[in-house]
Amino acid sequence: MAHLIDDDMIEYVGILAKLELSEKEREEAKKDMGRMLDYIDTLNELDTDEVEPMSHVFPIHNVFRDDVVTNGDDRDNILKNAPEKKDGAFKVPKTVE
Amino acid sequence: MTEKDILSLTAVGLGKKIKEKEVTVLEAVKAVMDQIKDMEPVLNSFVTVEEEYAFTQAEAVQKRIDAGELTGPLAGVPVAIKDNICVKDMKTTCSSNILADFVPTYTATAVDNLIKAGAIIIGKTNMDEFAMGSTTETSAFGPTKNPWNIEHVPGGSSGGSCAAVSASESYYALGSDTGGSIRQPASYCGVTGLKPTYGTISRYGLIAYGSSLDQIGPVAKDVTDCAAILEVLASHDPKDSTSVEREDYSFLDALTGEVKGLKVGIPADYLSEGLNEEVKEAVLKAAKILEEKGAVVETFDLGKVKYAIPAYYIIASAEASSNLSRFDGVKYGFRAKEYSGLHGMYKKSRSQGFGAEVKRRIMLGSFVLSSGYYDAYYIKALKTKALIKKSFDDAFAKYDVILGPTAPTTAPKLNESLSDTLKMYLGDIYTIAVNLAGLPGLSIPFGTDQKGLPVGLQLIGDCFQEKNILRAGFALEGEHGYVMPKTAQLAISGREEK
Repeated sequence: MAHLIDDDMIEYVGILAKLELSEKEREEAKKDMGRMLDYIDTLNELDTDEVEPMSHVFPIHNVFRDDVVTNGDDRDNILKNAPEKKDGAFKVPKTVE
Repeated sequence: MTEKDILSLTAVGLGKKIKEKEVTVLEAVKAVMDQIKDMEPVLNSFVTVEEEYAFTQAEAVQKRIDAGELTGPLAGVPVAIKDNICVKDMKTTCSSNILADFVPTYTATAVDNLIKAGAIIIGKTNMDEFAMGSTTETSAFGPTKNPWNIEHVPGGSSGGSCAAVSASESYYALGSDTGGSIRQPASYCGVTGLKPTYGTISRYGLIAYGSSLDQIGPVAKDVTDCAAILEVLASHDPKDSTSVEREDYSFLDALTGEVKGLKVGIPADYLSEGLNEEVKEAVLKAAKILEEKGAVVETFDLGKVKYAIPAYYIIASAEASSNLSRFDGVKYGFRAKEYSGLHGMYKKSRSQGFGAEVKRRIMLGSFVLSSGYYDAYYIKALKTKALIKKSFDDAFAKYDVILGPTAPTTAPKLNESLSDTLKMYLGDIYTIAVNLAGLPGLSIPFGTDQKGLPVGLQLIGDCFQEKNILRAGFALEGEHGYVMPKTAQLAISGREEK
């Protein structure tokens, strides 16, 4: 089965991925993704009806700990990495009118 | 000792000489810094070299060794850290423009364990952007070259770490392995690389790519170094909820040279179509050596081999699309200069900050997780993963170790891989299933091909059975082992003449 990825699909995936692709990138993405999905179709050769999906190879359990603060106040250092900051907080574009 | 003698030592060898006061920590750091200065203009193994920090640390660590406070085998030995592992106050970029100026406020547990053992961090190594790639060519800061032939790639994504160790720019390095990213470049660069059982080394401070597959591991000159480094790195860490408390943390015990009675299986499916003849010969030669030493070697059908890569790309891309959503231009990293509104800022920052391969995988990951496709792709991949795990479980019911090639070929030339990414992905066919099944895998150098490029062998063990693969690797490496490439030797002798 050959996968044809159309403009609507790329637009939709772009919204999910929070990416804005240029015209050239869109065309490449359509081609790349179609080709990759064709390749991924080889998985359909496998009968997996009776197989349980495995998310982790070992049985893992939630790890709980007491709600105790162990790290100090590192606000100034953390804010050093912020692209924009104001009054000890991250500065972002206006979100509510 | 001359600089040549110092640089020819392994990590454990240097640690011993430091303890015996034949070499000082400062001399060792100076030797690698000299080598870095000569090699970096050609190789580009490092994103950041921390010369001042390394010399300051050298003095402090020397004092603690002299005072008898640091007694471990790695005390005073220089190490390089892959640039996706956080070190406090040291720029950590993931070789991406989106993190070009990021300075972590904390240190990864694995690095913390090294520092406690007296390691001297000398810098951060180049990699494929966010560890997505097999050649180190997707780095935003230029490709790394293979020290054996600078027209060839070092492999990836831990290409900088492997090239640095190969060229004696560092005694050992940390890498990370999501689908072969330690073992494949180790194979291409003629060094030894170990990907431990999932959960053995804490991922706290490793910038996540595919969280259920990622594992930090050592890159070194030989198996002894890898075992000694693993003893330092492995720990149960409450800060990583998938960290495993292991019963046995003494890996050096396995290095007896004895393989009598060890059951070794070679997957017939690893020796078929697509495998380079010279690499195949190396695998068969290794099998013969193990047999001569008393191991029982058989070929068998592993099965499901060709399904590992498609399953991997679904799972890794899905996890990447989620993990990399944190890069939004708010808390750290790059923010676009011009945009309109909050969502415009997110989109512009991410689109300008990420490179092509990262965007490709985020797009694929977003697609396979999207409503309507989730079952057909993501769940299908998780079911395939269960089948692959079962294949390995069946194999390890019969064998202690699986022997095979690390990669189908030796290192390709630069600029040949990225034009056909699907073909590049197929190069990970022998390494990727190991991550899906959470198994430990070791790549050791085993001679060179006719072009003079290193050939690597892979030894795969059952979960928590690192000792079996270290034992087999140790028995084999006497045959070939680490050789310093000519470029690195020339740099050293050039300095001696001056």
